[in-house]
Amino acid sequence: MKVLAAMSGGVDSAVAAARAHDAGHDVVGVHLALSQTPDALRAGSRGCCSKEDAGDARRAADVIGIPFYVWDFAARFAADVVDDFVAAYAAGQTPNPCLRCNEKIKFAALLDRALALGFDAVCTGHYARLLGGELRRAVDVDKDQSYVLSVLGAEQLRHAMFPLGDTVKADIRAEAAARGLRVADKPDSHDICFIPSGDTRAFLAARIGARPGPVVDADTGAELGRHDGVHGFTVGQRRGLGVSAPAADGRPRYVLGIEPVSGTVRVGPATALDVRTIDAERPVWTSGAAPEPFDAVVQVRAHGGLAQARVEPDGPRVRAELTEPLRGVAPGQAVAFYVGDRVVGSATITTTT
Amino acid sequence: MSSPVTYLDHAATTPMLAAAVEAMSAALSRTGNASSLHTAGRRARRDVEEGRERIAAAVGARPSEVVLTTGGTESDNLAVKGLYWARRAADDRRRRVLVSAIEHHAVLDSARWLAEHEGAQVEVLPVDHDGRVQPDALAAALAAEPESAAVVSVMWANNEVGTVNPIRELAAVAHRYGVPIHTDAVQAVGILPVDFAASGVDALTLTGHKLGGPYGAGVLLLGREVPVMPLLHGGLQERDVRSGTLDTPAVVGLATAVELAVEQAPQRAATIGGLRDDLVGKIRATVPDAVLNGDPGTGRIDGGPSRLPGNAHLSFPGCEGDSLLMLLDAQGIECSTGSACTAGVAQPSHVLLAMGADEATARGSLRFSLGHTTTAADVERVTAVIGQVVERARRAGQSR
Repeated sequence: MKVLAAMSGGVDSAVAAARAHDAGHDVVGVHLALSQTPDALRAGSRGCCSKEDAGDARRAADVIGIPFYVWDFAARFAADVVDDFVAAYAAGQTPNPCLRCNEKIKFAALLDRALALGFDAVCTGHYARLLGGELRRAVDVDKDQSYVLSVLGAEQLRHAMFPLGDTVKADIRAEAAARGLRVADKPDSHDICFIPSGDTRAFLAARIGARPGPVVDADTGAELGRHDGVHGFTVGQRRGLGVSAPAADGRPRYVLGIEPVSGTVRVGPATALDVRTIDAERPVWTSGAAPEPFDAVVQVRAHGGLAQARVEPDGPRVRAELTEPLRGVAPGQAVAFYVGDRVVGSATITTTT
Repeated sequence: MSSPVTYLDHAATTPMLAAAVEAMSAALSRTGNASSLHTAGRRARRDVEEGRERIAAAVGARPSEVVLTTGGTESDNLAVKGLYWARRAADDRRRRVLVSAIEHHAVLDSARWLAEHEGAQVEVLPVDHDGRVQPDALAAALAAEPESAAVVSVMWANNEVGTVNPIRELAAVAHRYGVPIHTDAVQAVGILPVDFAASGVDALTLTGHKLGGPYGAGVLLLGREVPVMPLLHGGLQERDVRSGTLDTPAVVGLATAVELAVEQAPQRAATIGGLRDDLVGKIRATVPDAVLNGDPGTGRIDGGPSRLPGNAHLSFPGCEGDSLLMLLDAQGIECSTGSACTAGVAQPSHVLLAMGADEATARGSLRFSLGHTTTAADVERVTAVIGQVVERARRAGQSR
C-alpha cells in the first residue's frame, strides 16, 4: 500500500511511520504545518507546531529512510479547529480540539488529499487498534486515544492505519531508541498545541473579549459574583469561580451549567453535577449506519468519565440513559460509545439531565 | 531505489565541476593560514591571491575589488547593511533603502532588519508583469528625495522566474542621483555575461555553489571607492571589510569554478537554453493551460538573454505546488516550488505576488532549473510523466 504517515515530530508518529515502512508499505512522511506563524523552537511541552518539531519529524523520516514533506494546513486548521474551539467556548461549551482535528484535518482534508494523490491510507501515531475495520481501544489503557478517534466514520477508518495500538508507550520509546530515532526521549505533548502558553483562558479572552455576566446560585438564583465571560468556565469546574461568599452549608461549589446568551454561570454542590441522561447530536456510527438501541459504556472526555448506559439512536440525535450517575459531563464534549473495547460511535453532547 | 534521478534544481545548487573538486581536494591537504608569515602561510596566501586574481579576471573586476565571503547570504548582508551604515554615517539623512520586490530574502530581510533596528526606511521598487524592475521606477523613487537615499539593491537575474534586469541602466540611474547600487548576481555569474566594471554597479554578490564551485564560498565584488562598514570584526582580512581566516581550499575551488563556468558560459547558455525551450514546449503541449511565468526569454539585455537560460518556471492552474513536487519526486524528478522555505513550508512566492499573480497561481507553481549536467533525456523524463502528475495533483486540488 501507499501510506501517508502524518509525522508531528513526536516519538509516537515516528515509530508509527517506521512500523508502516517495516510492514512493507510505500511510506511518505508528511508534517502538517498548522501554525501560520511557527516559532523557531518548541515552547514547553507542545508537540507539533514549531519549526523544531518539523525538524524533528524530518530527522526521523531521514533515519527511517522515507521521503518527507511539510504541507501547509494552517488555514484549514485555523478555520476548522481553532475558530471552532473559540466559538464553542463562546457558546458555553467545552470542545475537544484534538478530536476536531482528527475529524476535520487528519482524516478529512489530509486524507482527501492523500487519496487524490494516490495514497491508500493515512497512518498516525494514535494509540488505538483497528481490527477488521473496527476501531478498538489500545492495549495501553492509559494512553488509549480511541476517544479522540471516535468521530471517524467507516469510510475514514477504512483508510486509517494505527500501528501503535498493540503496544504500551514504554515499549514504543524503547523501540524508538533501538531504531536510532532521536525523538525517543522527547517528552509527551499535552496541553493544546495551538496555545503555547498553556493559558487557555487568556487565549480565549484575547479572541472573544470581555462578556461579563453573573455567577448565580443554581438553587436560589441569587447572584454570587460576576465574571468576564462564559469562556472561562466548564461544567464541573471548581476553581476560579470568582465567588467570595462561602456556600451556606460550607460545601464547595462547582459550575453546573452555562447559559451563553445571558452569560449566566450556574453554580452549586457536587451532587448537582450528577448526570443520568445525556442527549447528543450529530452521531457518527463506525459501522456506517445507526444501530438498534444497545447497552454500552459511554466515555465523555479524553481520559476517564466512563459509565454504563443504554444508548438509543434517534436519527440525527442519540440519548444515553446512564445506569449510574456521572459527574463533569460538559456540553460540547463528545460522548463515545463502547461495547467492550470496540468503538461503536460517538456524538456531540448537547444537554444533560 | 536505484532508478536514475533527473535533477532539475540547479538554481538551488548545481553539482561541482570536476576540475573544482580536484583543485579544492588538493588544496585541502595543504596546511597554511593565509595570514601567516612563514612558508606555509605564504603558500596559502599565494593560492588565495591567485584565486582572487582569477575570479577578478573572469568577472571584469580588479583583484582588490574581490571580497571573499561565505556565500550569497553573507555578501548580500554585507552589501545592504554595510553600505547603509557607511552612507548614513557620512550623512544622517540617508535612511532610504531601495530594494526591488523580487529580491532574495537575504536582501529583503536585511533591508527589513535595518528598518526595524537601524532607523532605515525601506522602499520596495515595483516590478512589471515579467518581474522586471523598470529604470523609470527607480528614477521616480530616487528623484522624489535623492538626498535621503542610502542604497539601492536590485538582483541581476531572479532566482525564481529567471527574469534578467537591465542592470547597466539601473546603475546609471542610481549614479545619476549619486546613490550606490548593489546587485545580487548569484544566478547570473557563470551563465550570463557579467562584467563588473562595465555594469557600473558598486557591489555585486556571487556564490560558488550556484556555478559549479563549493558551498560556503562566495564573493562580494566591491568597488575600490565604495565605503562599507563591516559585519564581522576581527583580524582585518579582506580590506578590513570582512575579518576571518580565509578558507584557502574553498577559494581555490571557487576560483577554478568561476573561471571555467564563465569561460564556457556562452556555449553552455545556448545548450541549456535549447533544452529549456524544449522542456517548456513539451510541457505546454501536454498541459495546454500551463503558464510560463517571467520574461519569455526572446529578448536581449546587456549582451545576454533576457531570461536565465536554465529557468523554466510554470504555473499549473488548480494544482498545489507541494503536490506536484511530491509526485515528481516519487518519479525521480527533482525540482522546486521555487519559493522560500523556512520550516519547509511553502509560502506563496513573494516574487509571483509582486508580478501580479494571485495566491492560487503562486501556490500552484513549479520551477525546473537546468544546469551543466542536464541532458535531453532529463527533458524526456519530465515530458513522459508531467501529464499524469498534473492530472493527479489537480484531483487533489488546492488545500485552500
